[in-house]
Amino acid sequence: MTTVTEPAIARPDKSGVRTLLDIRNIAKSFGKNPVLRDVSLQIAEGEFLTILGESGSGKTTLLRIIAGFESADSGEIFMEGERLDLLPPYRRRVNTVFQQYALFPHLNVEDNVGYGLRVAKLPKTEIAARVSDSLAMVKMSTYAGAKPANISGGQQQRVALARSLVNRPRLLLLDEPLSALDANLRRQMQVELKSLQREVGISFVFVTHDQEEAMVMSDRIALLRKGELEQVASPREIYSRPATAYTAQFIGHTNLLRAKVTAGVAHCHALSWRVGLPDGPAVFSLRPENIRLAGSATANLETNFVRVRGKIEGQAFHGATDLLQIVCDDGLRLSVRTATRENRQGDLLLEFSPADAVPVRESSGRG
Amino acid sequence: MSAAPGTSRWLPWHAAVVFGFLYLPIVTLIVYSFNGAGVGGFPPRNLTLDWYRMLFADDAIWESVLNSLVVAFAAMAISLSFGIPAALALDRTNFPGKTLFRRLVLLPLILPGIITGLSLLMLFREADVKLSLVTIVLGHGTALISVATTEVFAGLQKMDRAQEEASLDLGANYWQTFWRITIPNLRLSIICAALLIFTLSMDEIAVSFFLIGRDNTLPLEIWGRLRRGITPEINAISSIIFVFSLIAIITWYRLRIVSPAAPGVVAEVVGTA
Amino acid sequence: MFSRAYKTAITAPPLLWVMVFLLAPYGLLFCYSFWSVSPSQTIVHTWTLDNYRELFRVNVYLQTLFRSMWIAARVTIFSLLLGYPLAYYLSFYRGAKKDVFYQLVIIPLWVSYLVRAYAWKTILGSDGVLNTLLQYLHITKHPLEFLLYSPVAVVLTLTHIYTPFAFLPIYASLEHVPRNLVEASHDLGASPLQTFWRVIFPLSVPGVLAGATFAFVLSFGDFLAPLLLGGPSGIMTSNIVVSLFGAAYNWPLGAAISFCMLLLVLALLLLSEQMEKKWSFR
Repeated sequence: MTTVTEPAIARPDKSGVRTLLDIRNIAKSFGKNPVLRDVSLQIAEGEFLTILGESGSGKTTLLRIIAGFESADSGEIFMEGERLDLLPPYRRRVNTVFQQYALFPHLNVEDNVGYGLRVAKLPKTEIAARVSDSLAMVKMSTYAGAKPANISGGQQQRVALARSLVNRPRLLLLDEPLSALDANLRRQMQVELKSLQREVGISFVFVTHDQEEAMVMSDRIALLRKGELEQVASPREIYSRPATAYTAQFIGHTNLLRAKVTAGVAHCHALSWRVGLPDGPAVFSLRPENIRLAGSATANLETNFVRVRGKIEGQAFHGATDLLQIVCDDGLRLSVRTATRENRQGDLLLEFSPADAVPVRESSGRG
Repeated sequence: MSAAPGTSRWLPWHAAVVFGFLYLPIVTLIVYSFNGAGVGGFPPRNLTLDWYRMLFADDAIWESVLNSLVVAFAAMAISLSFGIPAALALDRTNFPGKTLFRRLVLLPLILPGIITGLSLLMLFREADVKLSLVTIVLGHGTALISVATTEVFAGLQKMDRAQEEASLDLGANYWQTFWRITIPNLRLSIICAALLIFTLSMDEIAVSFFLIGRDNTLPLEIWGRLRRGITPEINAISSIIFVFSLIAIITWYRLRIVSPAAPGVVAEVVGTA
Repeated sequence: MFSRAYKTAITAPPLLWVMVFLLAPYGLLFCYSFWSVSPSQTIVHTWTLDNYRELFRVNVYLQTLFRSMWIAARVTIFSLLLGYPLAYYLSFYRGAKKDVFYQLVIIPLWVSYLVRAYAWKTILGSDGVLNTLLQYLHITKHPLEFLLYSPVAVVLTLTHIYTPFAFLPIYASLEHVPRNLVEASHDLGASPLQTFWRVIFPLSVPGVLAGATFAFVLSFGDFLAPLLLGGPSGIMTSNIVVSLFGAAYNWPLGAAISFCMLLLVLALLLLSEQMEKKWSFR
């Protein structure tokens, strides 16, 4: 029996860990255009949370509201019990890593990093010590005297990180900081960022549109669609138990099976399997890797598996695996992920376990 | 809140004061062009159109207007004919002395007009050329090449080079490409340059002062009157000049996709930016 | 991509024109400064340093030079004081009317210099608008004489004329300051005032230098405002030159003074350019 996952009450999984940031009912419109509608989210201390969404989903706006560069039309934000949204950005214990880094071109690396400390009028010796530690942490110590114009994009990004972290904020916001980097550097930085976050121990809120990135780095993912949270859960949870059709399709590949349930059995084209759902229409998400080719070594002859026959329509090489497009006899199209093998042909028998067909809500259409 | 640092309360007041400072003299001028009692004195009395009537009957002024128009159009022709190639040359070629060339072309923009005017006067003197409207045309044309060059150069920066390459690729030669592709793309810059040159030429005094023969241009005619004694008739012609300048400059602004000149203008004008 | 013929065709005509009508004249200016004028009012083409000696011997030339520079300096300072906050306000102004305001600032630039100088003349005279207004409001009993025919009038008028000149490059450089730098500064704890001095102002320095240079050089060489409004105490170097080319017929001496002015201006431009480069972080 499968149950539909309710959209997570957006609280951290770990009970007993303190909430750092409490975002309540934030709404924001630009002119007539609603960008955020009633967003509520809690961020735990020490967690790496990614706000994931397409362009136009409102993710950057939400980040900017937390940072203080925009104010919400309604709603509140509490940090450790006190109202954060009433403070101007320069009084919040929040720092931001900007998408284009926003390093000050007229200051060298060292002076960039020490900017916040100088503004706070800390003693010079302390500033020097903290700047030096910060630069060492991001491995940019040898570039202390360089100007931003003379270092690479990846290096600028590290400096931006150091500049934010040196102020020991309670919360670090990162606005798609890796989007300007090429693929290899990106992967490297993802790993580095994650380990940096563990080392420093503060909460990171990371904004991206790249779902792979989100899955690699996050403790939790908050999926935002058209201004509302679609689901908030850990990467594994969100992948294996997507709440809505949108979530299932946005994260990874999936097959959406639109079925009709009568008397405890779901019918989708020629397929049918038992479900514990009321009568009526239902949508199921079935990941391509959960469909196996019957007759392969790992196939089970379990009787409750669903089987169907089909022809290969297309085959895409993904390195370690192939993604096959299968057309079944009755016209149903399925994506299947298998171990790679060249030149597959002919008819195939497919099978999957009903437990892998996760019921999802249809996403509400939002204007 | 958005990061709008311009929220200090005194800034709008300051701006208002500066706008006032810039416009009050002009407004005063216009108001007093209707003042029956003369150019000064407060408050204005005897509002009348007499000065305008006097102005329109004043042949010498209109003759000078005609002269100015002729000069302006001729100067436009010269400035554009030499300024457009100059912009192209700066954009596309390299030759020894190019830096000196660029500085020379742009120098009259920032040099006080008196120096340019005097130098040309000496040239005409040595070459035994009589001073007349022609010498004024030569002076304006030369001084305003810089305006044409800067506007067209900016337009070239914004132009899509691939278009010219495509044209050559499709079989057109350089001359054809120039007229069919390059010039139409620069149309906006050329129009803006022409408008600006025209306006500046109509108002030009410093260079014209030294190169004038028997015929006056409008500014010099007004200038001559000023030496003799001022009447609100001058207010009247000034007001009319203001209205025309206003129209010209608003048109120029509207035509342009306004992109303010990049920082380091002096470096651009004089040097190696 | 461009053929030799094309390149020659676009380079030769302007090059020739500029050589004939700019380079040669400036060269001639240089030459004239070494010649002299004969008693019968003809130019004698013999080479002599007399003109330059004259400049340093006779006090009035140096005095006028310093007065001109002092007037230009005041004009520059006032233009910057007026122009910078205006440029700042406009650049960071968020509103639909930003465009309109910008046009309002540049319009006076292109309205006839003569018209504007004349306007001030009518305002500042003893019977002028300002004086009669003050008397009408019983603020003063007698006209304020110093308003017209004084260096004050010249500085006032030239400030009026060159403030938009100073405004333009400052506005341009402020527009080029990436707004995310301002946000980053706030994010790092700097208040708007701190942000201005630490981030915005340093990045606007090239514009300030350009504006200051324009204002200084152009007012230094101005001869119309002093002629109209300066009176005897407001004479500037250019006026001396003008008279040397007119009634006081001595072209070579005038050329010498002009050439000195040219050198001074060029030196200032080069200095400004160097400083702008140092302060340009691109």
